[in-house]
Amino acid sequence: MKIKPLQIIAHIILILGVLLMVVPIWISFASSSHDSVTILTEGMKFHIGDQLARNYNEVLNEKGGWSEEVTAAKMFINSFIMALGIATLKVAISAMSAYALVYYRFKLAVPIFWLIFITLLVPLEVRIFPSYKIVSDLGLTNSYTGLILPLVASATATFFFRQFYKTIPDELLESAKLDGANGWSFFIDFLVPLSKTMIAAMFIFMFVYGYSQYLWPLIMTTAEEYWTVVMGMKIIYTESYEGVALPRTAERFAYIILSMIPPVLVVVFLQKWFIKGLIQTEK
Amino acid sequence: MSFLDLKNVTKIYPNGTKAVHETSLSINEGEFMVFVGPSGCGKSTLLRMVAGLEDITEGDINLDGKLMNEVDPSERDVAMVFQNYALYPHMNVYNNLAYGLKNRGIDKETIEQKVNDAAKLLQISDYLQRKPSMLSGGQRQRVAMGRAIVRNPKIFLFDEPLSNLDAKLRIQMRLEIKKLQQKVGVTSIFVTHDQVEAMTLADRLAVINNGIIEQLGTPIEIYDNPKSLFVAGFIGSPQMNFLDGNLKNKTLSAEGFEIKDINSDYEGEVTLGIRPEHLIQTENGLINLKVDLVEQLGSDNLVYGQLKNKKDFCYRCPGNQTIEKGSNLSLNIENNKHYIFDKSTGKRVN
Ligand SMILES: Nc1ncnc2c1ncn2[C@@H]1O[C@H](COP(=O)(O)OP(=O)(O)OP(=O)(O)O)[C@@H](O)[C@H]1O
Ligand SMILES: [Mg+2]
Repeated sequence: MKIKPLQIIAHIILILGVLLMVVPIWISFASSSHDSVTILTEGMKFHIGDQLARNYNEVLNEKGGWSEEVTAAKMFINSFIMALGIATLKVAISAMSAYALVYYRFKLAVPIFWLIFITLLVPLEVRIFPSYKIVSDLGLTNSYTGLILPLVASATATFFFRQFYKTIPDELLESAKLDGANGWSFFIDFLVPLSKTMIAAMFIFMFVYGYSQYLWPLIMTTAEEYWTVVMGMKIIYTESYEGVALPRTAERFAYIILSMIPPVLVVVFLQKWFIKGLIQTEK
Repeated sequence: MSFLDLKNVTKIYPNGTKAVHETSLSINEGEFMVFVGPSGCGKSTLLRMVAGLEDITEGDINLDGKLMNEVDPSERDVAMVFQNYALYPHMNVYNNLAYGLKNRGIDKETIEQKVNDAAKLLQISDYLQRKPSMLSGGQRQRVAMGRAIVRNPKIFLFDEPLSNLDAKLRIQMRLEIKKLQQKVGVTSIFVTHDQVEAMTLADRLAVINNGIIEQLGTPIEIYDNPKSLFVAGFIGSPQMNFLDGNLKNKTLSAEGFEIKDINSDYEGEVTLGIRPEHLIQTENGLINLKVDLVEQLGSDNLVYGQLKNKKDFCYRCPGNQTIEKGSNLSLNIENNKHYIFDKSTGKRVN
């Protein structure tokens, strides 16, 4: 087989790209297996040390926070629930609203679509005070509902679903109608299975979006039992070194590595459909 | 009242296009009706109104004694075969056929039985587990038919279902559709712009032009006795020859010849129509044709040429006659089979 120079260059670029992504993760992982003292004195590590089990055990089970009650494991669970709720509801709501916009040609469909689209300009950070006011008036602070609900509407996903539904030929709807399908069964029996790759892709994006929320949970939660991973990253190991103790750098690395696992699991689990969704559209 | 009854049905699209004009039509139970006409004449629109996929602007549609105007397509008990088949891409063939039955709440065993019967009838039993994307065009066509048959609907609607197939398969499927319809005996409407398809399939034929049914009748009636210039030109292949002429005192004077004793009192400018197959070669015939081109089809020869006044003209003769390019033919009208139309209105006058 002949290899062209262009191919070699392309592969070099790709390999560099891979290294750029993988090396920091590896350094974090390697560093998480050493003693904090070693890292503080010698810098970050490339090789695995002997403190791996101890560090990870400590991160997962040590009770932290001001009340010394919340563990990192609890925060992972919180974040997972929040991200799962956000992703599921976002996908479901966007798919359904796109369905309404495309298939029910009521007069206001176009203005409503643009209204939804404009909300892209008003992300949560911009409307955080009104959102907080509403959620707190509803008594939803310090609850999963409060964490999830204000984030479940998605203009982006609605847009993508809308574009996808528009590519589905009208005859499909028509012949389904003649076969006795009603509005609901067309959605469930046709649009959902036809867009399952799209749903998987959207779900992954939205999961990562929900998982990496910082500001909203920070404002929403005062009880430590609702803390999320990203908040914890900032808070959990700060209290112990104020004063005399050393910063617990190694545990922090372990925490970071652990925090990556849930999104990675979601990607691994859905990747079959996800990749299909990116590279091919089913006829 | 007949099985399907259209009364003064009109369709005006929201953008103002008037696609169907006050059309009335009755179709009997078990009849195979074909709508034929040029592209954009409103055939699909008419069919889709019967299916319930388009609203009826004005008029009434009755199916089996019930007014259909406001009935949802899912409740009409009609089945349609679309031009691109519109098979359900994510379901295998079995489920494509079974879907409509499931929606009707029929139990599993009955569904299986019906699907298997329909599959056998259409010879698609071997593909039941395949997705539509793994089928050839002809097989997809059969699945689409199967989906219609399996539900045993009141009426079958076909919207140019054969136009995506190659010529040979089209002829084969045409035959199969006809046989199948006769076997199942379901009332059918078939839309096509192919006049051969129309002639071969139809029990009765509706020739549609600009949203109006120009003529309704059996294929032979329409071929033998076209009521207008449009129908005469549309039905028959190769097309009827048209010559300008003048009718006065029952005498037609056309391009260099006269026909006497015309059975019409009309006087004025007319168009004379002669089918290429209604000509015979004689000595001292009425028409002199200078041959430009001969198409040999085997069974027939199509002779194209010009008259004295440079007008294009076509003559069809048996394939065993040899005709030289550039020769001059003298032709007569066989059995005086000619058609005369009012030039301004296109109405038949003889
Ligand atoms: N949704 C629509 N909105 C506006 N005008 C339409 C619409 N659908 C069809 N028309 C118009 O109505 C007329 C009839 O269309 P129709 O589709 O019935 O034609 P057709 O006879 O089926 O033609 P073809 O043989 O090309 O399928 C055409 O002039 C077409 O432009
Ligand atoms: Mg059409």
